[in-house]
Amino acid sequence: MEKKIIATTSLAGCFGCHMSFLDIDERILDLIELVEFNKSPIDDIKNFTKQVDIGLIEGGCCNSENIELLKLFRENCNILVSFGECAIMGGLPALRNGIPIEECLQEAYIDGPTVGENKQKILPNNEELPMLLDKVYPCHEIVKIDYFLPGCPPRAELIWNALVALVTGKEMELPYEVVKFD
Amino acid sequence: MSTTIRFKIDGKEIIAEKGQTIVEAAKANGVYIPTLCNFEGLPPKGCCRMCTVKLNKRYMTACTTPAADGMEVESDTPEINDFRKGIIELLFVSGNHFCPACEKSGNCELQALAYRFKMMVPRFPFLFPQKGLDASSPKLIKEQNRCIMCKRCIKAIKDDEGRSYFAYQYRGNKLEVILDKKLGKEISDALARKAMDTCPVGSIIYKELGYYQPIGKRKYDKEPIGSDIEVQQ
Repeated sequence: MEKKIIATTSLAGCFGCHMSFLDIDERILDLIELVEFNKSPIDDIKNFTKQVDIGLIEGGCCNSENIELLKLFRENCNILVSFGECAIMGGLPALRNGIPIEECLQEAYIDGPTVGENKQKILPNNEELPMLLDKVYPCHEIVKIDYFLPGCPPRAELIWNALVALVTGKEMELPYEVVKFD
Repeated sequence: MSTTIRFKIDGKEIIAEKGQTIVEAAKANGVYIPTLCNFEGLPPKGCCRMCTVKLNKRYMTACTTPAADGMEVESDTPEINDFRKGIIELLFVSGNHFCPACEKSGNCELQALAYRFKMMVPRFPFLFPQKGLDASSPKLIKEQNRCIMCKRCIKAIKDDEGRSYFAYQYRGNKLEVILDKKLGKEISDALARKAMDTCPVGSIIYKELGYYQPIGKRKYDKEPIGSDIEVQQ
């Protein structure tokens, strides 16, 4: 059987979902028999070098770079999976969704109690920096997402079961204890 | 005259007492019909529609419909379960239900229902409504982002004179359940804890008691909601 190809990325996430992925422990040795990694922080490949079977997306979209990267993943992956609460519903970054963007920046760079030296009251505004979006969007509101794995982070067991199901084409096992939102 | 009633839920024979609702009769016979706004000991309201069943080709709320002889009730069918799942998803998108940061996570009935119906993602777009919270009471926090307007607290938490500590405010999409400022300042410890336990979600939080149970030991960590009612077939 030809090896399936996997790519992963973290958008507006904390890399906790990737850490949970690594919690499959020694089964990663079994996984590497079944799949080959392409663009992913796990092997540090920066650009897609071929069409990928399965893309795992951690984190929602909070800026223009997230959107660009997500669209790139959609183009290059046959199946796209949102894993983790941030990818599914915005998560922790989405707590800013009720606050106007100006107020957020003001608090973060000028008024906040932990702001140090910023006497000229400069807000970051360079064309090299990605633009912040008006709010944080779940990935499936930007591109089509095929599957969702909830959890903060998703349990390693859930990620493992999903990958096994996607690679072998068998139906996924979903025991009650592995599908949790926290 | 006999007060015993016989009817069927999904083909299973149910023996009930006269005056029982379908939900009560089902529970007594080991059949779980999911509920959310319903709370044992309080009059049923039938507003959340979680307990919707099909009776004579019509959709009825099982928590308000009295059991009657010879009824044939449909409850655990793909059509009705998808309808119930849709209600849960609507509740998730219409508030700001961020489970990882909620004190009630693991003990929350809305979350437990989502687990039971295997909600992976809501089918509707998230609204991210702007809502606040009221922490002026020394004992309680009323977190509006998580409120589902079930009215359980309004009906259950009353003082000696029968005045509710909680009340509806505004109308339509501005509707919210608030804690009375004056009564909230005087609320007793026992009543404040009862208020938190009455709330199906994390909208009423007892202060300084967050995350007291570790993950794995909370109410819905191991067993789905309703499994205490369902008898082994």
